[in-house]
Amino acid sequence: MSEKSEQQRLSVFKTYKLYVGGKFPRSESGRVYEVTDSKGKWLANAPQSSRKDARDAVVAARKAFGGWAGATAYNRGQVLYRVAEMLEGRRAQFVHEVADAEGLSKSRAAEQVEATIDRWVWYAGWTDKIAQVVGGGNPVAGPYFNLSSPEPTGVVAVLAPQESSFLGLVSVLAPVIATGNTAVVIASERSPLPALSLGEVLATSDVPGGVVNILSGRTAEIAAPLASHQDVNAIDLAGADEVLAKELEIAAADNLKRVLRPQPVDDWTAAPGIDRLTAFLETKTVWHPTGSLGASGSSY
Amino acid sequence: MASASASAFEYAPAPESRSVVDIAPSYGLFIDGEFVEAADGKVFKTVSPSTEEVLSEIAQAGEADVDRAVGAARKAFEKWSALPGSERAKYLFRIARIIQERSRELAVLETLDNGKPIKETRDADLPLVAAHFFYYAGWADKLEHAGFGASPKPLGVAGQVIPWNFPLLMLAWKIAPALATGNTVVLKPAETTPLSALFFADVCRQAGLPKGVVNILPGYGDTGAALVAHPDVNKVAFTGSTAVGKEIARTVAGTRKKLTLELGGKGANIVFDDAPIDQAVEGIVNGIFFNQGQVCCAGSRLLVQESIQDELLDSLKRRLSTLRLGDPLDKNTDIGAINSAEQLARITSLVDKGAAEGAEPWSPECELPSSGYWFAPTLFTNVTQAHTIARDEIFGPVLSVLTFRTPDEAVAKANNTQYGLSAGIWTEKGSRILAVANKLRAGVVWSNTFNKFDPTSPFGGYKESGFGREGGRHGLEAYLDV
Repeated sequence: MSEKSEQQRLSVFKTYKLYVGGKFPRSESGRVYEVTDSKGKWLANAPQSSRKDARDAVVAARKAFGGWAGATAYNRGQVLYRVAEMLEGRRAQFVHEVADAEGLSKSRAAEQVEATIDRWVWYAGWTDKIAQVVGGGNPVAGPYFNLSSPEPTGVVAVLAPQESSFLGLVSVLAPVIATGNTAVVIASERSPLPALSLGEVLATSDVPGGVVNILSGRTAEIAAPLASHQDVNAIDLAGADEVLAKELEIAAADNLKRVLRPQPVDDWTAAPGIDRLTAFLETKTVWHPTGSLGASGSSY
Repeated sequence: MASASASAFEYAPAPESRSVVDIAPSYGLFIDGEFVEAADGKVFKTVSPSTEEVLSEIAQAGEADVDRAVGAARKAFEKWSALPGSERAKYLFRIARIIQERSRELAVLETLDNGKPIKETRDADLPLVAAHFFYYAGWADKLEHAGFGASPKPLGVAGQVIPWNFPLLMLAWKIAPALATGNTVVLKPAETTPLSALFFADVCRQAGLPKGVVNILPGYGDTGAALVAHPDVNKVAFTGSTAVGKEIARTVAGTRKKLTLELGGKGANIVFDDAPIDQAVEGIVNGIFFNQGQVCCAGSRLLVQESIQDELLDSLKRRLSTLRLGDPLDKNTDIGAINSAEQLARITSLVDKGAAEGAEPWSPECELPSSGYWFAPTLFTNVTQAHTIARDEIFGPVLSVLTFRTPDEAVAKANNTQYGLSAGIWTEKGSRILAVANKLRAGVVWSNTFNKFDPTSPFGGYKESGFGREGGRHGLEAYLDV
C-alpha cells in the first residue's frame, strides 16, 4: 500500500478482549491498561483482568476438562494440528504483532512465528505417544496384570513467559493441553496482544471452548487467586520473577498443586524435551488378577 | 439374502456414487516423481471383482524398472534422511490431511478395485490410513524419545511388497513408518489392486514430497521377487502369504537386509459359557466375515464351549441370514466380492475339501450375483483339529467351528496351529481373559471384541505368522538401524 492510500484510509482498530470459555469477554472489572511497543508507541488498550475474571476462567476450564481429557489422544492431536494450520494462514498478522510486541525486525519476528507454528505440530504429535513413552506394563511378581498410564492433572494455571510473547507462550501452553489438561493462561504483562490474538485462532481451530482461557493484565494480581484457588490442580510459574514465584508456590501448597518453577530459557526456539508434558501428568496404575490355568497350553 | 423375513428387511438400493473418482484408462509406474512406462512396455489389466469390468491398464514393472526405482530411492535417500525430523513430519502430516480430504474418492476407488463393501473402505480402511500417517508423522521428530537410542538412524532404501486385502491400509502401514524414520521407499502393490497405490502417488505430488522418496511399482510376484532381491535394498517388508514369506526369508539370507514379515493366520475365537451371546455373535461375524474373511488375522476358527454350542450356533446362523451380500458400492452391503477368480477358486477348493473330509457346511440362503467373484458366508460344524479347514488359512468367508470343555483345552486347541497372529476371547470374567491371553501364542489378542486396529497399537505374529511389528512405537524399530 502506498503512503498516499494509507493516508486516505483510516484503519480500524481491534478491541482486544479476553478469551474465556470459548467467548471473548471484556474484563468484568471494566479496566484496561495501555500496551505499547518497544519504543513506547501506543498499540492498544488490553483488558486488565480481575480476581473475578480469574475465577470465571477456572470455572470455564473445569467445565471443559471432562470432555477434553476424555477425548481420544488422536482427536486432541488433530485439534492441535488444526491450530497450526490456522496459524499458518494468519502468519502475517502474528509477525506484525510479535514484531511490535518484542521490538523485533520483520524477519526475526517471522522466525519466532514459524517456530511457534512448528511447536504446535510438535505437540500435536505427542498426544498419542506420551503414554507409550512414560507408561507401560509392569512385571509384578505375582499373577497380576499391572499397567501404568499417564493421565492429565486437571486445570493448570499458566503464567506465560514475560519476554517471549508468542513462541514462549505457546511453548508453555501447548504441552499443558496436549495431554488433556485445560489451561488458564496469564499473557505476558507487557506484551499481551499476540496471546489475545491467539485466542481468536483457538476459537476457530476446533479447540473446545474453555480448554484454553487467556487473561491479560497484571501478572501478580491474576496469579495470586489462581495459585490459591482450590479448584486449580497445577501451576506453571514460567512468567513469574523469583519473589513472585516463591509467594505463589507457597500459596499453591495449600491444595498441593503441581508446581513447575520458572527456569531460565535463553532460546525458546531450542527443541523442547518432554519435561513440560510430564510436569502436568498423573500416573495411574491398574492391577487386575490374571487367574491361573496351571501349566496348560502348548508351549509351541 | 434375508429369506423368510425378506420383506421386513427390504432395503432400497443405496449405491455410493462412482462419480467421485476419475480412473484413467492407463497408469504408468511411479518412479522418481514421474509416471513412466515399463522398460519392456508390459502392461496388465486390473478389474473390478464385483463386475469383472476392466478398470484400467497398468504398467507392469520388470527387473530394469526395479533397478531404476531403487536407484531413484537411493538418490533421494541422502537428502530425505538428512532433513530435520520436524520437516519430514510436516510432509507426513500433509499426506495424512490430503488423504482425509480425498477419503471418499479413495474409498470408492478401493471398493471398485478390491470388491470390499464401501461401508468398510469408508469407515475402516480410509480413516485408519489417514490416522496411520498422522501417527507416524508425529514420530518423525521424536525418534530420540522412542527408546532406540539417542540418535537412531534409518536403514536406507526399503523394498516393500503388500497384499490385496487392504491395499491402501497396508501401504500406509509400510510407507508411514519408513518415511518417518528417514528411509525412502519402493513399494509393490498387489497385481489385483494397484490403483489406490497409484492414487497415493498423486497424494505425494499434492503434498510436494521430494521426488524419489516414494516409488510405486505395480506388478506380479516376479516384480516383488526382483525388488526383494535387489542388492541395493536395505530393508524388506512383506505382508502376504506364509509360503512367499519363507521364500523371501531365503532370498535375504546372508545379506544385511533387515526383514519384517506379516504373514498368514488361523485365528482362534474362543467363546466361554459366560460370554454375552449376542455380543459374541457380532464379534464372530466381524471376525470372519469382515472383508469377506480375506484378513490375515481373521477369527477363522471358532472355539465354543460345549455347553453353549447349540445356543450360540442358533444365534449365529440367525445373524448370518441377515447379512446382505451384493454390490460393494451399496452402503447397506455387508459382504462384498472375493478379490479375484484365483482366490475364489482357492476358497472353493478348500471348502470342497472340508466337506469331503467329513465336516458339515452350512450357508444361509443366499443369491449370488451373476457376474463377478462371489462366495456365500459359510460355516462348518463337526470340524476336528485334523481337518484341512481347521489347519490351512482359507482367506475367505468360511468359519470352522470346534468345541472345548475346559479353558485348558481351549488354549491347547487355539495354539495347535503353525500360525500365531491373532486370537479372540469372549467371557465376562476379567481374570479368565488375562489368564487365557497369557497362554495364547499369538501377537494380538482381542477380548470381547475382534478385528480392532489402531495406529498406536503394534500388530504382528508369532511363529509362522511372521516377525516384526507394525504400528505403535514398536513399529519404528523395523525401519531403524538398531
